[in-house]
Amino acid sequence: MAEPAQGALKPSHDGRRRWRPQWTAKMALIPAMTITIVCFYGFIIWTFVISLTRSRLLPVYKFTGFDQYIRLFANERWWTAMQNLAIHGCLFIGGCVVFGYLLAILIDRGIKAEGMFRTIFMLPLSMSFIVTGVIWQWVMNPGLGLQDAVRELGWTTFEFNWIVRQDRSIYTLAIAGVWQQVGLCMALFLAGLRNIDPNIWKASRVDGIPVWRVYFHIVTPMMRTVFFTVFILMSAIVMKAFDLVVALTGGGPGFSSDLPARFVVDHILNRQELGLGAAGAFVLLCTVIAVISPYIHFELRKERGGRGH
Amino acid sequence: MRYNKIALYGLLCVAAVLILAPVFIMVSTSLKSMDEIRNGSIFTLPVDPGFGAWGKAWFGDCAKTLGEKCGGLSSSFLTSVKIVIPALFLSVGLGAVTGYTLAVWKMKGANIMFAALLVGMFIPPQVTLYPLIIMVRELGIFGSIPGLVLVHVIWGVAFTTMMFRNFFKTVPQDLLKAARIDGAGFWPLFWYVMLPLSLPILGVAMILQFTYIWNDFLLGLTFGGRSGQPMTVALNNLVGSQFGEKEYNVNMAATMLTALPTLAVYLLSGRLFVRGIAAGAVKG
Repeated sequence: MAEPAQGALKPSHDGRRRWRPQWTAKMALIPAMTITIVCFYGFIIWTFVISLTRSRLLPVYKFTGFDQYIRLFANERWWTAMQNLAIHGCLFIGGCVVFGYLLAILIDRGIKAEGMFRTIFMLPLSMSFIVTGVIWQWVMNPGLGLQDAVRELGWTTFEFNWIVRQDRSIYTLAIAGVWQQVGLCMALFLAGLRNIDPNIWKASRVDGIPVWRVYFHIVTPMMRTVFFTVFILMSAIVMKAFDLVVALTGGGPGFSSDLPARFVVDHILNRQELGLGAAGAFVLLCTVIAVISPYIHFELRKERGGRGH
Repeated sequence: MRYNKIALYGLLCVAAVLILAPVFIMVSTSLKSMDEIRNGSIFTLPVDPGFGAWGKAWFGDCAKTLGEKCGGLSSSFLTSVKIVIPALFLSVGLGAVTGYTLAVWKMKGANIMFAALLVGMFIPPQVTLYPLIIMVRELGIFGSIPGLVLVHVIWGVAFTTMMFRNFFKTVPQDLLKAARIDGAGFWPLFWYVMLPLSLPILGVAMILQFTYIWNDFLLGLTFGGRSGQPMTVALNNLVGSQFGEKEYNVNMAATMLTALPTLAVYLLSGRLFVRGIAAGAVKG
């Protein structure tokens, strides 16, 4: 592996030493390598170091051990945010997987105008979370939005004011989030369904097995890896979720729909609690690593198996 | 069997309506007057559609802001364009060269570096945010467009490298051998052989990077300062900062204006977007 693997890339055999393309190749890697080493891993370490200090507005390197972590875990807002991450994560990932898979199955049934439906389902993906948040904030506006519109249709006791309710605002995040990301899950599931051996369908038709049972008992278990990928990708999105909560609820009412990513940014940029924010960021990173590492392992093993894309 | 078909199309249409409803509400609200919004329902079409709210969203409403600028999105639109174009070309270019090097010029540690980059895509930006602020400030480009371009390149290079590296891995070895026998060095091989081969993936990477950079909020918020606000940040400020009664039609017009460039790219590029979005999903 360490050898120049391709025969074509061996130095020429004319005996003279000369500038080899290998050197140029090494030079070409410098910018990306600098970014990876310094801006990714170096900065992670830096953030960790800051989290061990009592830094507030500016970094001061007076170490206080794990005090910031103790403060963090005693912080009620942090726990609300972590709890919200769990609630939002389950609803968002669950919603995306269930609806994305259903849509993929519907499209996979050999329909006309497949391209049109696919384009529609993936349309929200091209918009930013800020745009999504602002649109849904308006739709869920208790005064003039959906609640008002349904009441005008005649159902006068209809209530949908979750966005202003402390105990419900976190659920509105999942609604807007699923709306935006369901198309991505659909596309991934659809690609998986298209990879299923057509002979399975032929055989099940010969045996007279109902379509829903084929999906449930045969196709779905075969799609394990796709489900795994979707789960990982959606968790990565959930844990970074910042824009959507800022635009949709602003973390409110109060801090009832706050998320860890917003907690961190708020403490670093606005509250002059650099050390505490860094501690939160590091805990967030550990959560991400815990969820992501099986996936990275899986990707790299696939890589060694020699499959390209 | 026929009932099955009807149920199938029925479900698909219901799903399509649910997905499109918020988009419809956004467009129709932006064309209404505030009176109509107060008295009507979000589902109705505008009775007397007009672009008044669009004008206010674009040029600003000087009566509502306290001095200074009028707060329209036009200036931040320009900022976004000035950020997107250099950041797009730099991040895709750097990704193409790095991906090519990692895939074709096998050398010690190439796989380790690729793994490190791949993991880097999952790092939440919050974790490296503060050190990045210090770095950009020390370079003297904090709160300016070059600063934002730099952080977008840093955050985009992992994704673009992954796309190109995975693509170049699939190029047949014989082709590389042939090119080398013809005497092609590092840059000629890249420029005359690999880059022309990679045109489809180049398109995918450009489209997705455009979408990511345009839609970014956190970096714009952190590194933009007052003068370098991209459109998403300006939209969020506009929606959050009005005095008195909120002008929902202006909000929706502003939202529409912010969404239009990426929507247009999506609708025009169609299949390329779909192809790339799965590969790039991790960036979220």
